[in-house]
Amino acid sequence: MTDAERSPPAPGTATPPVPGVAAVVRPPPVLPDGRWRVPDSVLVLVPVAWFFAFPDHLLLGSQVIITGLFALSVDLILGYAGIVSLGHAAFFGLGAYTAGLLAAHGWGEPLTGLACAGLIAAVVGYATSFLVVRGKDLSQLMITLGVGLLFYEAANKAASVTGGVDGLSDVTMWRLGGVLRFDLAGRTAFWYSFALALAAFLVVKRLVDSPFGLSLRAIREGARRMPALGAPVSRRLIAVFTVSAGLAGIAGGLLAQTTQFVGLEALGFQRSASVLIMLALGGPGRLYGAFVGTALFMVMQDQLARWDPAYWEFWIGVVLVVVVLFARDGVMGGVEALRDRLAGRSGRPR
Amino acid sequence: MIAAFISVLFDGVAYGSLLFVISVGMSVTMGLMNFVNLAHGAFAMFGGYLAVWLMTHWGVPFVATLPAVTLVFGGVGAVLEWLLYRRVSRTRHLDQVLFTIGLAFIATALATRGWGPSQVGIRLPAVLTGQVHALGLDLGVYRLFLIGIVIAITLVLHLLVGHTRFGAQLRAAVDNRDAAAGLGIPVDHVFSVSFALGSGLAALGGALGIDVLGLDPNFAFKYMVYFLLVVVVGGEGSILGSAVAAVALGVFDVVGKYYIPGVGAFLIYALMVVLLLVFPGGLFRRRR
Repeated sequence: MTDAERSPPAPGTATPPVPGVAAVVRPPPVLPDGRWRVPDSVLVLVPVAWFFAFPDHLLLGSQVIITGLFALSVDLILGYAGIVSLGHAAFFGLGAYTAGLLAAHGWGEPLTGLACAGLIAAVVGYATSFLVVRGKDLSQLMITLGVGLLFYEAANKAASVTGGVDGLSDVTMWRLGGVLRFDLAGRTAFWYSFALALAAFLVVKRLVDSPFGLSLRAIREGARRMPALGAPVSRRLIAVFTVSAGLAGIAGGLLAQTTQFVGLEALGFQRSASVLIMLALGGPGRLYGAFVGTALFMVMQDQLARWDPAYWEFWIGVVLVVVVLFARDGVMGGVEALRDRLAGRSGRPR
Repeated sequence: MIAAFISVLFDGVAYGSLLFVISVGMSVTMGLMNFVNLAHGAFAMFGGYLAVWLMTHWGVPFVATLPAVTLVFGGVGAVLEWLLYRRVSRTRHLDQVLFTIGLAFIATALATRGWGPSQVGIRLPAVLTGQVHALGLDLGVYRLFLIGIVIAITLVLHLLVGHTRFGAQLRAAVDNRDAAAGLGIPVDHVFSVSFALGSGLAALGGALGIDVLGLDPNFAFKYMVYFLLVVVVGGEGSILGSAVAAVALGVFDVVGKYYIPGVGAFLIYALMVVLLLVFPGGLFRRRR
């Protein structure tokens, strides 16, 4: 669909109004100021509360944090720049294998390993971004899917390096900073993941509220009009795709280092698809949605698998269909609507 | 040597014909509404299961299950379109992707519950098994049967799209939906009909393909890439393009797996990325 065919969107709505349904009229959005507010502090401290509340479930906690970081990287390209990627696990897996292989071959220092993971994923992301940016929506979807599958097959075939379907298991990590050992209870892993995810979150929050981030949203809403404003659409998209790939690589590296194992499923289509589901649950384009959605998805998956092991996919599917039909902005969108209603304003922005 | 190569080629063509029957409906709905349906393969999967069920529980002969499956899933497609797809066909691509992945998850789980996680097979009637010896080549009868059916379907589709009133409406709507709607063409109705038709054909392809593609609950996800590839390489909304792309893909895949087995699916994925870069709009995209 071209921009010209699309009916002009009401200010502030992300989707073109469906004919026959009255468009939701919202006042024009205010520019984000990127200011740190009380709810930000509260949300960011939830993992700390988790540490003290569920000391026996730290592994689940760090899994959620790491997967949430991956979802955050996808949120950056999807929620802000509007690129639907079906193959972002490629970068996650690339980071995981980089960190894993480094540690398996004698360099178990966590932070430099993680930096390498992020760097390599970013470089490959940069190279891939030219292919992605070229296409329009559908071919974008296909290219990302194709790239994801290519990496999966490559890792599958290069079994002598990656371990193939058996996975890469002799990942040995050194002490963090030369002091903290990665313990079995996962305390070090938890704080390590939390610190890195928090740092990444702050960077991303700063990024999306910057003029650069605003131009991404503008590209999402109408890429054809952006050149008229002097914004280089392709360059912006290449930049954000590279950053996103690097973040995904860091998330993958974290997973490899904290679990000391890399499996082929780090690159799988299932991972690329489930991260989209997590974002949809949490609400794309909201940063916190990535983590809220991930937590929700993983808890749901865990509970459903316990309740009905053979059938959990069914319920995930049902939830997904219901979310798309009735709650397109996910949990965070619901929270925003609720807050606006409580404040007695109909849809007035922050 | 050459005879062996021709046999492999022949297998590839048969495989590609199946891909065509399954994907053609998806291509049309994608061209028509720009609608991404990742659950399209589920129709093929359930088509296969219905054929198996009819054969084992009712003793229906294989050939008779084919029209039954087509009709049933044509109907199911129409109902689903009316109930569900209509609500998302004009939304963002992200919503369509999520929605149809959700449907594919549901389909996979239902198939696992209904028929178990392992491969399901059928016994083909004796007439359709064995080989014919012609021109110094051994050709599988079933493969010949497949290719024959697919040629017949292609001809019918060609007549339908090229020489009927509905076909003219369909072509107009694919070329420019808004202008077509402005001229009084009931675009939504055309979409419903072609969705139902495409679902029926996909189910037929699934039933025909039990012996070639295999049948297990992961079918929809396993072949998703292939169906998408046919659509995108062939050009959305182009029937001729889908046919050419499907046969080329089938030949490429079978020949690749036969002669360079070490590379596996890698070849197809690489081909896909390259083709998408060289022909971003597909090989046979209709001019807009």
